[in-house]
Amino acid sequence: MITGNFDYFAPSNVEEAIKLLNEYGDDCKIISGGHSLVPVLKLRLASPAVLIDIGRIKGLKGISFEGGTIVIGTNTTHAEIARSAELKKHCPLLVETAGQIGDQQVRNRGTIGGSLTHADPAADWPAAVLALDADIIVKGKGSVRTIKATDFFVDIMTSAVKSNEIVTEIRITKPAQPQAAAYLKVPQAASGFAVVGVAAQLTLKDGRCEKVAIGITGLGPKAYRASTSENALIGNTLDAATISAAAEKADTEAVDTMEDIHASGEFRRNLTRVYTKRAIMAAMSRA
Amino acid sequence: MSFLAKYIGQKVRRTEDPRLIQGIGHYVDDIKLADTLHVVILRSTHAHAKINSIDLEAAKSSPGVVAVYTGKDVEGRVGFVPCAAALPDLKVPKYPVLAQGKVIFVGQPVAAIVATDKYKARDAADLIDIDYDPLDVVTDPEAAVQADSSVIHEEFGTNIAFHHSAGTGDIEAAFKQADRIVSEKLYHQRLAPVALEPRGVLAHYLPGEQQMTLWSSTQIPHLMRTQVALMLGINENRLRVIAPEVGGGFGSKLNVYAEEALLGWISMQLKKPVKWIESRRENMTSTIHGRSQSGTVEMAVKNDGTLLGLKYQVIADMGAYLQLLTPAIPTLTGLMLSGCYKIPAISMQCTGVFTNRMSTDAYRGAGRPEATYLVERIMDCVALELKMDPVELRRKNFPKPEEFPFATATGLFYDSGDYEKSLARALEMSDYQKLRAEQSEARKQGRYLGIGVSTYVEICAMGPSIALPAGGWESATVRVEPTGKVTVMTGISPHGQGEETSFAQIVGDMLGVDMDDVLVIHGDTSIVQYGIGTFGSRGLAVGGAALACALDKVVAKARKLAAHILQTDESSLTFENGRFVGAPNDSSITIQEIAQAAHTAHNIPPDFEPGLVATHFFEPKNFTFPFGSHLRGRGRQGDRRGQGASIYRR
Repeated sequence: MITGNFDYFAPSNVEEAIKLLNEYGDDCKIISGGHSLVPVLKLRLASPAVLIDIGRIKGLKGISFEGGTIVIGTNTTHAEIARSAELKKHCPLLVETAGQIGDQQVRNRGTIGGSLTHADPAADWPAAVLALDADIIVKGKGSVRTIKATDFFVDIMTSAVKSNEIVTEIRITKPAQPQAAAYLKVPQAASGFAVVGVAAQLTLKDGRCEKVAIGITGLGPKAYRASTSENALIGNTLDAATISAAAEKADTEAVDTMEDIHASGEFRRNLTRVYTKRAIMAAMSRA
Repeated sequence: MSFLAKYIGQKVRRTEDPRLIQGIGHYVDDIKLADTLHVVILRSTHAHAKINSIDLEAAKSSPGVVAVYTGKDVEGRVGFVPCAAALPDLKVPKYPVLAQGKVIFVGQPVAAIVATDKYKARDAADLIDIDYDPLDVVTDPEAAVQADSSVIHEEFGTNIAFHHSAGTGDIEAAFKQADRIVSEKLYHQRLAPVALEPRGVLAHYLPGEQQMTLWSSTQIPHLMRTQVALMLGINENRLRVIAPEVGGGFGSKLNVYAEEALLGWISMQLKKPVKWIESRRENMTSTIHGRSQSGTVEMAVKNDGTLLGLKYQVIADMGAYLQLLTPAIPTLTGLMLSGCYKIPAISMQCTGVFTNRMSTDAYRGAGRPEATYLVERIMDCVALELKMDPVELRRKNFPKPEEFPFATATGLFYDSGDYEKSLARALEMSDYQKLRAEQSEARKQGRYLGIGVSTYVEICAMGPSIALPAGGWESATVRVEPTGKVTVMTGISPHGQGEETSFAQIVGDMLGVDMDDVLVIHGDTSIVQYGIGTFGSRGLAVGGAALACALDKVVAKARKLAAHILQTDESSLTFENGRFVGAPNDSSITIQEIAQAAHTAHNIPPDFEPGLVATHFFEPKNFTFPFGSHLRGRGRQGDRRGQGASIYRR
């Protein structure tokens, strides 16, 4: 459980970090909370020659509001999000998702930007950022670009962030009121990772579903939006029959499924359908 | 002797805790000796493979590397890892401290890399090239007994390590007389003990003195001293084993491991201190595992719920080798097959088998929880079959309080018990009748509310010497120093149980001294007289009894001196609150004053040995048999969660 040798840099600003990234290329890795990377290093599954610690860069951490937009710095820990009173008021889905990640120690160290970039197919955040239609802001050498959550997850452990770029913040439009939201998951017994996790974000008007987004993690190699289910809900009165029928289609978008000791692909599909139904019901019950 | 319970049974703060909470205690890894070399062990990545060759060249020339050893280096120089358990016709494979030509489980030590720091040693481990030839693997104990299974130890020609039968009573008659026979196949899964502190060893050999000190995270420093001395071929009294702070054991440190002898041997080769600290990954693969039994239990019953006989046919997974007590663990299952019920005939047929996995051994209850599970499970199956309330079935078969001491068909004598009482309390606390009513109401609504009940008895205070391979007694020395401070040396080796506190409570009350004046020393074989160690719920029950006996001796000796000084008869003196009183002239003397007088020896009776020290080796006559009841209601949605009761009598 001892890592290989590496050089360690702790740049004080993003530009310096990007410079280092370009200098060391494939030999380096970014570290922030280290919650995914450190175990990989200790098991020597990876031995990067250089670690660039962005955890000390000021301005990359914290939750703020710019008009109707919620801005979360990449280095914000799950715990900080889980206990944010402002977010609880304006975007409870973030709070609920953060509170279900790992355990308290994991939440204290792990960061939202790190988790997203890592693109673990069993991570919780992908479901939430998809359901919130988040924008992920990425900086490179002399460039800033915005990646939509729907374009962010490319494949298993692969995000749309290039190796010489850094995620700096996550921007979310404040959900319209009255909103209804829930994140429900089946956790792996030991790690708490999601076997399947479903995030549902709805806007209701006169008992009808005006807007809905459902993000699903755990089922496939990458998290996805359950568009077929969403289409079956939108514009409709959300009675039990409508919700059930919509949830039955929640695995439509998943072509490939994960399969491991925790659950077979078929069982994951079933969990996806059942938890989509439960997530929508839970959201409704809070509306 | 009479004493007031100022400490025993009272809430006192644990004396161990301040240093542990502040992180200023000393575990093995906290002990730093100058010039220490660090060892990393390269372990097998195969469950079963022939080793064709090992290329050490690159590792040996890696920066900081002092030496690299493999099986060839230790062959004939370090003895085999010992198994102390004895069973008729037990096949004991030779278990080398480093693999010799073959590996038979993932995590088996193959090479030891010694370097100036642990990082350099770890880096060098990556440079060792081992050419393995994988062999067929058998990890399922039930598959290991099949004719087509690969054989792990060729010299035996079979994977069967032993057959063991247990139980008495006419089992065949019981099954003939039965109205019904209820059977169930049960599997007790393997578990990794995972103590918070992994294992670790620091060995320091002094060639001039020809003495070795071995710090190890162990539950049994004395037994380890004997075994490691034998493995290394050095005199036992030249080996000092120290168990410093030990961060939990759960049975996993009730063992003698390859690394303990290996580190000792390396220190003798290099004449420097050498340290190895287990990683968490190694802790999972290379520290003993628990459980892993798969068996069929059958209960013969009358229609009215009277139990007639129990059969248990089981395959017990030994793993690849036998560690210290590996084959003994399932025999403990056999001892506890009566649970807390009257079962006139019991028969266990156990087959111990080798598999390509880490050895199983003592882990939390060590064979007895397996018995509780299978007995309680079959009781539920019987209740279901007879459509009886599982509570009533249990009640019906409890021995009554007046039937104790109760002889079981497994050969034990339960000293005392009142199983009805603890069950009644659990029923009351959980409002059992109401739970059942809710359950039937829920069932009508298509919901399921589960109600689990379990009554159990344990075998603790291990134990009479006849029951344990190295004896089951325990020792204590009480030394009252000239200033009246009391030093206790106990043969047990607490690692979280808190006996530094509880023993000080005993001393405080029995000698009438302040708890703060008591120092409890344990886990150092050069300071403490021989002892057995801490496991099997024995620390307080056996070690504490030894302490009480030693304290009795101290008081008896002090009384002699008190009578002499106070010029009266011993019989006229009463010892209370640390003071001998009752002398005719109303004079009295404290234990501290006696201690001083015993050391100055200016005024002692002619036949009186100076000093105030006593040692006692306590041999228990029986085990203890604590019991309890659990009851819990739980719905599918978690409704009624937390509605439950657990009652214990210890």
